[in-house]
Amino acid sequence: MNPDVAEGTLVRIESDLDIVSARMQGRAIAVQLGFGATAATLIATAISELARNVLLYAGRGEIVLTSVEHGTRRGLAVLAQDRGPGIPDIPRAMQDGYSTSGRLGLGLPGVRRLMDDFEIESSAGAGVRIVAKKWMPYPMT
Amino acid sequence: MEVPILKQGPYLIATIQSALTDKDIVQLRDALVEQVGKFRARGVIIDLTALDVMDSFATGMLQDMAHMVRLRGAETVIVGIQPDVAFAMVHMGLTLEGVTTALDLEEGLAHFECAGVPGRGG
Amino acid sequence: MALAEITHDGKQTFEPTTAMLRELVAHLAQNRTQLREEWVRRITEAQLLQAMTKDEIFAEATSVYDSYVEALETRTLETLTTYAQNLSERIIPRGVETHEVVGIVLLLRDVLARSLFAKYHTDSALLNHVLDAYEPAANAIAITVSVGFVRERERVIREQQEAIRELSTPVLQVRERLLILPIIGVIDPHRARQLTEQLLRAIRANRAKVVVIDITGVAAMDANVANHLVLTVESARLLGARVIVTGLSPEIAQTLVNIGVDLGKMNTVGDLQGGIEEAERLLGYKVMPVAEAQMA
Repeated sequence: MNPDVAEGTLVRIESDLDIVSARMQGRAIAVQLGFGATAATLIATAISELARNVLLYAGRGEIVLTSVEHGTRRGLAVLAQDRGPGIPDIPRAMQDGYSTSGRLGLGLPGVRRLMDDFEIESSAGAGVRIVAKKWMPYPMT
Repeated sequence: MEVPILKQGPYLIATIQSALTDKDIVQLRDALVEQVGKFRARGVIIDLTALDVMDSFATGMLQDMAHMVRLRGAETVIVGIQPDVAFAMVHMGLTLEGVTTALDLEEGLAHFECAGVPGRGG
Repeated sequence: MALAEITHDGKQTFEPTTAMLRELVAHLAQNRTQLREEWVRRITEAQLLQAMTKDEIFAEATSVYDSYVEALETRTLETLTTYAQNLSERIIPRGVETHEVVGIVLLLRDVLARSLFAKYHTDSALLNHVLDAYEPAANAIAITVSVGFVRERERVIREQQEAIRELSTPVLQVRERLLILPIIGVIDPHRARQLTEQLLRAIRANRAKVVVIDITGVAAMDANVANHLVLTVESARLLGARVIVTGLSPEIAQTLVNIGVDLGKMNTVGDLQGGIEEAERLLGYKVMPVAEAQMA
């Protein structure tokens, strides 16, 4: 396996060009790990949402793509983190239709549905840290 | 990258050729909404065949665009959404409600020709 | 993988082990014909590999024997691993079972061990040395062949599962631009996902405009799968195809109402016939008896 994937690939998010770059790299890594085309598209879409959230709410931050293993299953973890104002009310942010940026508020609940695991940590003023994972349907051989 | 807009008869056709940044999409929306009036277009076709990701921002923008085009007197058909992209979109609840979709450019044009686009004011 | 890594012996016994292995290899090469025949006799006696003819067994036994000796000689398992995989690919379709493969490998181990006893039984110290070298190597070889077989079997089973899943849901084109997807049996999340992918690709490949999904053969579905069905219908619309769902059982109707499905997004018709009629109407066909058509 590519050592870069094991260590994690970091994509800085500072402009809308970086959103495109993050999702392209995410798709490439997903395919390299063995995900099918459909799953790779779900992952790339989730990365696009997470990267935009970083840009929209914090202005800058990063996406880290890492290959993960759990028992005999392999997957891809997408970490999105920023040092922005944070999300004061996480349960509300996870509701469909909620947004403080004035646009469709489907970002985070959408990401949760696209991926298998979803964890979010944040407190007001301390930034946001989201880890979303997608697992392959078959065990490793 | 700017999206070229082609004028064909009473229709405007925008074919997206590569990944779009948020700015590109906003630009496309503004250009199309403006040109619908300028060319007195009756229909707009947006071809997404080459797009491999449609997230909530892009979908929201396209939906807005379709509604603005409608208010300017033309209909929008979105064509060429790839199966995997469609599947990801509906997972997020992005269903392009109120916007007509068709398989490809040919079908999009056929929609205008056969189904008969309501004429101005019709 | 080198055999020396698998032996429990430390560095001190490494050299004697190498020497012993060389001695072993020489013994096995010298007695190739006799040991091979003995092995095949034991395989037949134990009624293993009955799906194969005697000649086939002998041919395979020869190859395994030679790969076995080569593994001991070169102290690597690569050739044997490749051969074991090849062998598995050939014999799995013929119905050879795991216990048979494990059985023949253990028999070979036994045949060879007995011949070593016979040769060295007068010198128990030497015999011990030979066995010290032989046992770990033989174990490694037995494991390689057995695991290779089981892996190959698992791969075949997985492939068959995929094939069955695909066969169980054909996407049928009944008219130009009209597809029918009859779903029968239980839909689990994995199958649901596969159905969606298959249908969406078929819509593009066949340039379908209308799809009839018939679920008469599905008794019930849980909320997850019902949600997935709704997602499929919506995905198809994004591609430019209309979906008509037919044959909803009372239970499924209830599930769909419970999950709060938007009936504006879901076009349902009572049965498959009605669904096809509706699809034809959408496509602009009008089906009528020939006589009537001639009158018109």
